[in-house]
Amino acid sequence: MSLQIWILLAVVLTFGLYIGIAIWARVSTTKGFYVAGQGVPPFFNGMATAGDWMSAASFISMSGLIAFLGFDGAMYLLGWTGGYVLLAVLLAPYLRKFGRFTVPAFIGDRYYSSTARVVAALCAVAVSFTYVAGQMRGAGIVFSRFLEIPIGWGVVVGMAMVAFYAVLGGMKGITYTQVAQYAILITAFIIPAVGISLELTGSPVPQVAFPQVAAQLDLIIEDLGFGAYTSPFTNLSQLDVILITMALMCGTAGLPHVIIRFYTTRTVRGARWTGVFALFFIALLYTTAPAVAVFAKFNLVETVVGEPYEERPEWFRTWEDTGLLEFRDKNADGIIDFAPGAMRDPASDNELFVDPDIIVLANPEIANLPDWVIAIVVAGGLAAALSTASGLLLVIASSLSHDIFKTYIRPKASEREELLVARGAMLGAVALAGILGVYPPAFVGEVVAFAFGLAAASFFPAIVLGIFDPRTTREGAITGMLAGITFTAFYIITVAPGIGIGWDPWFFGISPQGIGTVGMLLSFVLTVVVSRLTPPPPPEIQGLVERIRYPRGSGAAIDH
Amino acid sequence: MEPEREALEAYWKKNLTLIVILLAIWFTFGFIVPYFLGPWLNQFTFLGGPLGFWVAQNGSIYVFWILILVYALQMNRLDQRFGVRE
Repeated sequence: MSLQIWILLAVVLTFGLYIGIAIWARVSTTKGFYVAGQGVPPFFNGMATAGDWMSAASFISMSGLIAFLGFDGAMYLLGWTGGYVLLAVLLAPYLRKFGRFTVPAFIGDRYYSSTARVVAALCAVAVSFTYVAGQMRGAGIVFSRFLEIPIGWGVVVGMAMVAFYAVLGGMKGITYTQVAQYAILITAFIIPAVGISLELTGSPVPQVAFPQVAAQLDLIIEDLGFGAYTSPFTNLSQLDVILITMALMCGTAGLPHVIIRFYTTRTVRGARWTGVFALFFIALLYTTAPAVAVFAKFNLVETVVGEPYEERPEWFRTWEDTGLLEFRDKNADGIIDFAPGAMRDPASDNELFVDPDIIVLANPEIANLPDWVIAIVVAGGLAAALSTASGLLLVIASSLSHDIFKTYIRPKASEREELLVARGAMLGAVALAGILGVYPPAFVGEVVAFAFGLAAASFFPAIVLGIFDPRTTREGAITGMLAGITFTAFYIITVAPGIGIGWDPWFFGISPQGIGTVGMLLSFVLTVVVSRLTPPPPPEIQGLVERIRYPRGSGAAIDH
Repeated sequence: MEPEREALEAYWKKNLTLIVILLAIWFTFGFIVPYFLGPWLNQFTFLGGPLGFWVAQNGSIYVFWILILVYALQMNRLDQRFGVRE
């Protein structure tokens, strides 16, 4: 069987499974739509959280980025897992006890203010939407490379899929589809890693095998003039690595589509166990990712570097066609030279350009694994992109229909009308995200990391202080959210390459990926200070803050 | 202070203490060990590679998971002991 047929088979089978689940789990109430009727057991909820959480960025991009960053790549690994500790101990149990459908609803109730709710709803839409556009693009890249169709059609196919099951199923459909998608994406990630691990070291456990391969890789790339793979701060400053890690952690704990997952369990206990299962399932991928990075880089330098270009392997040719892999024979010796610096920089001896985004997809080909493995990886990449996209769309829909339409525009709207608005909002968001996926502004990939900075600077301080400090007032929270998100967005817009103004990093040379940490600190300080200067919250709110400390009587999430 | 109220405050204090301890470990393994001790730890070998590198890219993740597990187990026990369990 050819590779094309294997891929078609994998994609059709997995998509058929998702659609089947969506039809089986159809819902007709708003509660089922937003929080799956809270009937999801923690084991499956943890799995769905992991599927929801791990996007095209985790599956397709991250290992490639680590392969090029070396030690410093730890910032993605630690940032995107350490955030779950914050989520599990500082937020999840209390938000579940509080029992509202959405994060903006929590903000609105806790801060006794409709303004706060609107501000939060708009932040949620902005953060989720930028994130979803990247997922559509990711799905488009996978489709176009392996089905050899134009990227635009790849995005359209992905859009149609997401629209179908997210709109039909709501949270219940999404939850069980995400369970299936997690199973597929983790299988797809681990099989090639185990295969390559066996090839290189004879050990079937990538986590055990990769340090020794990294030590060998150190020797090879130091010969080529690079810094050691395992040495810290060869690519970024120590300050940047720390700030980016922190921004990703707090952003994880502030992202509405992750937080909302903890509402879908029946009890506070269930919310705690959801965190345990979620990080377990996430760690399976995240502890394998650095191994994939090391193996891929090792295989890359071993199979192509220093070899004649004319004898390049088949996978090299196919990826060259996509423009994501490029060779420029600067010294005209016909040999592929790999050296520090950019290939496009004439001053550098480097003749090879490899887009980090192709590492995971090309890895099985580089290692000569069978075609069916490549087909599974394709299905896994699509599962990662689509499961996250559907979770994000749900947040956009609930923010617009529940937090804005039902609360302000038509408080008397029936369940049917509200669901209609929610589904309409989803369709609109899919269409808009699809357009951005087909015609991406240059920065769609980077924006995934920026979305975390924005979430860290807006939601994280308002939620944590809302739970732990009864004295926090609506004035404080609104000031903090607005100042944090404005500062962070302004810095990203002025500094991030490819977005616009292109200023030098004007705040202590901090990179735009790490600025969310500064925005978050600013937000914390302003929230606390303004809260102390304004009249305290009404007594019933202070009582409410006290009640969420104790799990007893959490009951059902209230449709508010 | 009525006894039930006192018990609830004790429950909350225990919860806060646990959170502070767990977050101190989180900060140690999220930042101090990988980014400050990492270069020094790299002189030791673990699984055939530099130790600092392994902690930064694998070891700390295992610690994070243990922290969440400990929190869930401890809090569920506390809930029962203080009778605030659902």
